[in-house]
Amino acid sequence: MMLLPHEAMLAASQLAAPAAHPLDGTVAGYVWLLPLLPLLGFLANGLLSVTSAAHFGPADPGAGHGPAHPSSPAPHAPSDHGAAGDDHHAVARHRHASLVSLIGPGVLVVAFGLALAIFFAMQGAGEMKAPFIQRYFSWMPVGDLNIDVAFQLDQLSMLMVLIITGVGMLILLFSVGYMRDDPGYPRYFAYLNLFVFFMLVLVLGSSYPLMFIGWEGVGLCSYLLIGFWFSEKANADAGKKAFIVNRIGDFGFLVAMFMMFANFGALDFTGVAAGASQLGLGSVLVTAICLFLFLGCAGKSAQIPLYVWLPDAMAGPTPVSALIHAATMVTAGVYLIARSNILFSLAPVACLVVVLIGALTAIFAASIGLKQWDIKKVLAYSTVSQLGYMFMGVGSGAYAAGMFHLMTHAFFKALLFLGSGSVIYAMHAAYHHTGSHDDAQDMRNMGGMRKYMPITWGLMWIATLAISGIPPFAGFFSKDEILGAVHARHAGSTLDGASLLGVPGGAIMMFCYVLGLAAAFMTAVYMTRMMLYTFHGPNRTGDRERDHLHEAPWIMTGPLVVLGALSAVGGWFNLPSFFPAGRVGALEHWLDPVVGDGALRFTNGAPVEVPASTEYLLVGIAIAIAVAGIALAFVRLKPATLVPKTDAPAEHGFERVLANKYFVDEIYDATIVEPVVATSRGLLWRGIDVGLIDGFTRLLIQSKDDDSAPGSSVQMGGLLTRAVGLVGSTLQSGRVGTYAWVLVVGMLFVLGAFTFR
Amino acid sequence: MPHNNLQLFYVANFYLFGLIAIASAVAFVTRKSPVSAALWLVSTMSALAAMYVMLDAPFIGVMQVLVYAGAIMVVFLFVIMLLNLGHPSEIADARGIWWKLAGGLVGLALLAQIFALTRARLPEALVLPENTVADQIVRTGAIAPLAGPLFHEYLLAFEVTSVLLLAAVVGAVVLGKRKDRDYAR
Amino acid sequence: MLAESLFFSAVLFTVGVVGVLTRRNAIIIFMCVELMLNAVNLSFVAFAQVYGASGQVFVFFVMTVAAAEAAVGLAIIIALFRHRHTVNLSNINLLKG
Repeated sequence: MMLLPHEAMLAASQLAAPAAHPLDGTVAGYVWLLPLLPLLGFLANGLLSVTSAAHFGPADPGAGHGPAHPSSPAPHAPSDHGAAGDDHHAVARHRHASLVSLIGPGVLVVAFGLALAIFFAMQGAGEMKAPFIQRYFSWMPVGDLNIDVAFQLDQLSMLMVLIITGVGMLILLFSVGYMRDDPGYPRYFAYLNLFVFFMLVLVLGSSYPLMFIGWEGVGLCSYLLIGFWFSEKANADAGKKAFIVNRIGDFGFLVAMFMMFANFGALDFTGVAAGASQLGLGSVLVTAICLFLFLGCAGKSAQIPLYVWLPDAMAGPTPVSALIHAATMVTAGVYLIARSNILFSLAPVACLVVVLIGALTAIFAASIGLKQWDIKKVLAYSTVSQLGYMFMGVGSGAYAAGMFHLMTHAFFKALLFLGSGSVIYAMHAAYHHTGSHDDAQDMRNMGGMRKYMPITWGLMWIATLAISGIPPFAGFFSKDEILGAVHARHAGSTLDGASLLGVPGGAIMMFCYVLGLAAAFMTAVYMTRMMLYTFHGPNRTGDRERDHLHEAPWIMTGPLVVLGALSAVGGWFNLPSFFPAGRVGALEHWLDPVVGDGALRFTNGAPVEVPASTEYLLVGIAIAIAVAGIALAFVRLKPATLVPKTDAPAEHGFERVLANKYFVDEIYDATIVEPVVATSRGLLWRGIDVGLIDGFTRLLIQSKDDDSAPGSSVQMGGLLTRAVGLVGSTLQSGRVGTYAWVLVVGMLFVLGAFTFR
Repeated sequence: MPHNNLQLFYVANFYLFGLIAIASAVAFVTRKSPVSAALWLVSTMSALAAMYVMLDAPFIGVMQVLVYAGAIMVVFLFVIMLLNLGHPSEIADARGIWWKLAGGLVGLALLAQIFALTRARLPEALVLPENTVADQIVRTGAIAPLAGPLFHEYLLAFEVTSVLLLAAVVGAVVLGKRKDRDYAR
Repeated sequence: MLAESLFFSAVLFTVGVVGVLTRRNAIIIFMCVELMLNAVNLSFVAFAQVYGASGQVFVFFVMTVAAAEAAVGLAIIIALFRHRHTVNLSNINLLKG
């Protein structure tokens, strides 16, 4: 394997003394401030939350915000009742609400400003090949292992920082309106600030362990926020599910780190990249590391088979779904692969797995999305599906395309979630007004919202066209680029040369391309379906409630407008070469120093050349499919004939399978959860605990001990321990002199062990 | 130690004070009265201070006299006097003859083991050239070689000891304070 | 003089240990502990002569700890005496759970 120039330079910079970096002495030196700001926000809001808890009592949404939904017997009943425009139960606004709404989004506004300043400093610094690494202190100096707490600023992490702070800022501003009347208002912002802190650590960390800290931290915040209304069991269960499923993925991440350290002796990105470059293309070691890393990605980024937690995660407040479960945290897996591009470029087989899993996830989740009635569930499966696209991109070595889709997806999916949040907010307020307990998230209860929420309607259509891939909206460019990359690499790339389980790589890539097209078609259908059922046709909310439906306050629609603008023009950040105007491939050029070499290796060092005719053909197919999907939805779906949820008939046949998400949860339950519970209960508890241990002690002690009645096995369990303790307690006389003797004699033994070695 | 004609004087004094220290220590553990035991300990500590001077650590020697032989031992004597530990029941504190024999045997075993352990090789690579510390003292004075590491490498430990002392002061006050029920008695 | 210093240090330390084992007066036992600390200090100073002045810094820290220990220990002894009217350890078995 030839050593590409970038790596050669990396290796050289490892040996030589740290050379002067173009960013030295610029505002980039304040990069530590980026994570610190949200952390301070977390501390301040957390303090406000804790100090005022005594006056407010524990946050009890059940009292103030409605009631479980009696009409939905399903165990994972969607229940988003943050939106409480509430005048029945006089829920006092939190005492410190205004202070919290200043701190929570405020720190992010400052952080975003700083991120912009650093971004412009990077632009001003000109060509920047090596990452800007700031070391703060040594974290784990153990033997050969030396891990610094250091932040790495390069084009890739800068992009992520801008997305996190920018989109995060907008979503936090939206939350000010959405969560204002929640008793847990400061707690909510504390968690969100903590999340942003960990997310920034994740993307800024210069080594895998530091990244892992952020990785685990965002998982924690996700858990806390999914179960934000923890007094309802379904929400708490959803949080636990997310946490446990993610542990499976984290196991993969950890094993990958162990293997890296054992074989490369380093865990920072530059060290691992240098170590991996010594190995040949397709070596078993790198493939194994990449597959374990991808297991971690599958957990965090909700890919098959670990995607099941993400739809349930919608139990959290809607802005949380927008920020954590759509725009930022779930894309951490994509970031991880882009960050490890040197590793993945050496493991074509692992990349084939990534592409295949991504494509399967894309179509699988999209098909489930076709038959969901809960507006947030549609968006959740849409997120899973779009994440599959991103993995297709980064898996096929088109890192810039994958990151591009990550960015555009952050825009339009955040917009979709926040827009649905506005709708739910309006629905909830209306239902609250009349005291109705209907499901505020079910699309069968909506309809015709266009009349009441025109701004939201327009913005949501922009996002829908963007995600469906209609030019010139953002999603068209990024999705088209990914599909184009997958198609282009089906021949003449390292992926083509590799094979997976005997199937040639070229065939797999072609198959994935077709799957991607089919998923794009389904995306257009289910998104249009969602828009039609929510905003068009007659209103089904109810006659009394209808009067109370209205547009959300400006603090909520403001961020929507910004996101709408970004969704509309986001594609211009990375225009394809055939596009008549604008700068071609700006984002790709920007990311080139980080991922360029890894990407080139997929095509054996030559840039991808696609004939113009092929390219036009591919683009034409993509547009045709998107238009066909939207048209099909318009033709086939009749919002006018839809009935409210309570009157809806049961589904039949394949529709029923889709509506029940292919019964995957039930299958997991039967094959994994139930056996574990049964083993724990039957064998470990009844068999070993009660039968063996307690039975044994009962035999031993029964004659002596008379104060515990026979049969109360729990009390007898500790008697063996008590007998041993009796011997120990006689040794403990309480006389210091005896202790000194024991001490000295013991010391003689220890010294003797050294002397007579 | 200085490499001049005083060398013999230094070596002789080192042995002399070493023997004084051991003799005083033996006397210290065998005295029945706490007061005379404490005074013998003062003698041991002073002898140790002299040995420090012979070992090129004059400043430590001074500190030994000031802190140990001075402050700490004065506090001990003060407490002995305060508690009036002179009466017969307190003086007859030693254990029986068998305990003493056993103690002596354990002591001998310990000594033998320590000597056996000092055979272990010391890291030669770390040994400084002869008289480095002594020359340093001549050049920069007795305090600088100590103050440098203390306020650079060990600054954190130094600051932490101040916290330790504060905690000790607070603890001593809390423990020594008379409780109300003591007055009631 | 490293070997000689270590010899003296070992002997002083052992004398301290034997004192702790054979005496019952809390104050004397306490003083024996001080003697043991001093013995260790001697070896620190001796090593410092060979390996550099850092060893002397440790003597400093040992002295500080000894001072703190003396303050707290003597306060404990005073409290003990006030409670039991003796400092003879064979009459005291408070360290029992």
